[in-house]
Amino acid sequence: MLPTDPMKKLSFKRHISDGDLVIVYEKHDNMKAVKVSEKSVLENRFGVFKHSDWIGKPFGCKVSSHKGGFVYLLAPTPELWTLVLSHRTQILYIADISFVVMYLELIPGCVVLESGTGSGSLTTSLARAIAPTGHVYTFDFHEQRAIAAREDFEKTGLSDLVSVGVRDIQGEGFPKDLVGRADAVFLDLPQPWLAIPSAGEMLKEDGVLCSFSPCIEQVQRSSETLASNSFTDIRTFEVLLRTYEVREAKMDQCQTQTQTEEGTPGARPFKRKQRASEASNWQADNSGSPSVMARPSGEAKGHTGYLTFARLKCIA
Amino acid sequence: MSAVEQEDNSNQNRRITWEGCSVLLDINDGDRLVFSRLTAGSIVKIGNKNYPLRPLIGCPFGSLFQVENGANGPSLARITSTAEDNNAEDKKECDIKEESRDNRALIDNNTAQTLTGEDIEGMRRQGASGNAIVEALIANSATFENKTSFSQEKYRLKKQKKYAPKVLLRRPFARSICDTYFKKYPARIGFLRVDTLSLLLSFANVSAHSDVLVVDMIGGLITGAVAERLGGTGYVCNTYRGDSPYSIEIVRIFNFNDEINKRIVRLSLDELCNNGDMKEDEVMLQSANDSNVDNPSSNVLESLSLEGGSMEASKVYKAAKPGEKAPQDAIRSWKENGFSSLIIAAPDVDAWSIVKEVLPFLSFSAPFVIYHQYLQPLATCMHNLQVEKMAIGLQITEPWLREYQVLPSRTHPHMQMSACGGYILSGTKICNEKSTTTTQ
Repeated sequence: MLPTDPMKKLSFKRHISDGDLVIVYEKHDNMKAVKVSEKSVLENRFGVFKHSDWIGKPFGCKVSSHKGGFVYLLAPTPELWTLVLSHRTQILYIADISFVVMYLELIPGCVVLESGTGSGSLTTSLARAIAPTGHVYTFDFHEQRAIAAREDFEKTGLSDLVSVGVRDIQGEGFPKDLVGRADAVFLDLPQPWLAIPSAGEMLKEDGVLCSFSPCIEQVQRSSETLASNSFTDIRTFEVLLRTYEVREAKMDQCQTQTQTEEGTPGARPFKRKQRASEASNWQADNSGSPSVMARPSGEAKGHTGYLTFARLKCIA
Repeated sequence: MSAVEQEDNSNQNRRITWEGCSVLLDINDGDRLVFSRLTAGSIVKIGNKNYPLRPLIGCPFGSLFQVENGANGPSLARITSTAEDNNAEDKKECDIKEESRDNRALIDNNTAQTLTGEDIEGMRRQGASGNAIVEALIANSATFENKTSFSQEKYRLKKQKKYAPKVLLRRPFARSICDTYFKKYPARIGFLRVDTLSLLLSFANVSAHSDVLVVDMIGGLITGAVAERLGGTGYVCNTYRGDSPYSIEIVRIFNFNDEINKRIVRLSLDELCNNGDMKEDEVMLQSANDSNVDNPSSNVLESLSLEGGSMEASKVYKAAKPGEKAPQDAIRSWKENGFSSLIIAAPDVDAWSIVKEVLPFLSFSAPFVIYHQYLQPLATCMHNLQVEKMAIGLQITEPWLREYQVLPSRTHPHMQMSACGGYILSGTKICNEKSTTTTQ
């Protein structure tokens, strides 16, 4: 997924080959990750698509089924991956992910710790930010989940950047061999305050910690624990996205036409009400050009979680 | 230059300041934010006094300083946090106590404080520390004891900021630079809020080894933030119309090393659009021009650093300047392979008129993202992209960011928040029939 090998980066020349991971795009809310395999087919409501037809085509192309239906084949990115990955847990989405990566001050070469791994949605973006020389150590106490995450990172080509450990971070803390090595720590745990002392040991001075919690009571307790564990600059945010719908339409013009303009403007509206025949003047006026309009989508995520950030004090 | 320093310079993740490094000074917990360069002669003005920044050189980022009135005049001294901790303990005790006091007896007649300005000046002359003055003010306040613990804390903080200001040494990162500009000079960065910036970087899939095309008309903030993520790999290419590239002055605030600066390049749209290969003599002329340009530019850098009076001439000569013209082999590769993503932040140019021109230079399946402070230009642009079938996954989003005050029994959202962080149009370029036939 990431161009860690500069020779493999996305380009016009990059054609789909056997074994590639592609994102099959039907609609903006209907996508699927598929591993291209010469003998396989993809079946959906548009028909049957032969993988062998895809090989050699550029990423971003449109491919057809036997029935003439079509889909687009896209190169995977962490954003697309977040939309298609199998949800083993509740996952983080782009607004929180982006803000976390920015506020953790991640840059290539950083070492970042994460717990829990969950479905690996955030992990993928952490890996992108610290590539090609940094590393993500991510931990989950659920063994199957950790194994599934490892398989996913294999699939997305991130295994060199991410190590998945099976460990109960709330109970045991982070492994001692990571003490003082972390530039950043991310916690998504039910009782983050239990892991905060250990996170403090792992961080370099002035390193940043982030804790994601859905409930304000968790935030309250984490913030108190952070303050008593040499953290400073403790700040809590909520970040959400509002999406917009765009459409083009011709709007009826509320204009008086030539014949009506002759009268006294002030008197018109009252007369119009009484005379049904003139009501047509208010209707579709095709002379006006259509206008593009935007409005917020009807429904949106109203809450994901609170993001609490803190820095390890620098006293040495 | 010693070998050690050379090595340090290659590390982009330096946690200790050095002479000549760019820093962000956070005075009194965000009340004032100042970008500075640490040199032997640089100063910061707090209140009516100038403080030399020299003591900050060689300190880790994240260090906290307080003002001191020493024999050699006012100075900044690093806090080793014991005094502060005691204060924090007091605070906690107050928090736990059930609050029974209120302000019913408070009479605002300006007589509560018995210390006069002259008294305070006298204490200062005798070398009293800022904290001692704060304690004296509290001891001489007739109303302090009757205040609620919350307002006692507020009072203490207010006096501390005035008489014992603190300076926090921060790293200039995309995060802190964007936050600071948004707070101080929002118009200069097109009112781009930090969460919006973070989304731009995500939507554009900015990662090591990628070649990111940007139209950055907001002072170089986008360019810098992208370069930070590239970490000295790939390229961030700032394209522009006309003869002169857009200013990227903000890039200088980041502490980029040569490797990263070399990856920040510019290329005019005309040159990018120019399809035919350049003639030999044109290329020659070009490179001759380039080398002519080189000298004055290094002079500029030299004079800038001389202001600080620090850098050695030999180092200046070697220093790579961000925003040089893109190298020919890179241009050739982009024309052949396309850029891996695109970010546009051009407050005063119609989004659609830029996109339709630069989108052809992206690879197929490349993500792109356009920022604008207003919604309408993006709506129109999105509609046109749909009609022209140039992209899929088109979406306009508006981020919303709210900060919380988290205190025992006093948790609530901040009273004031930014109501607009701008709008984002994102999408993925596709390879439609028309363009397929041209490439095959």
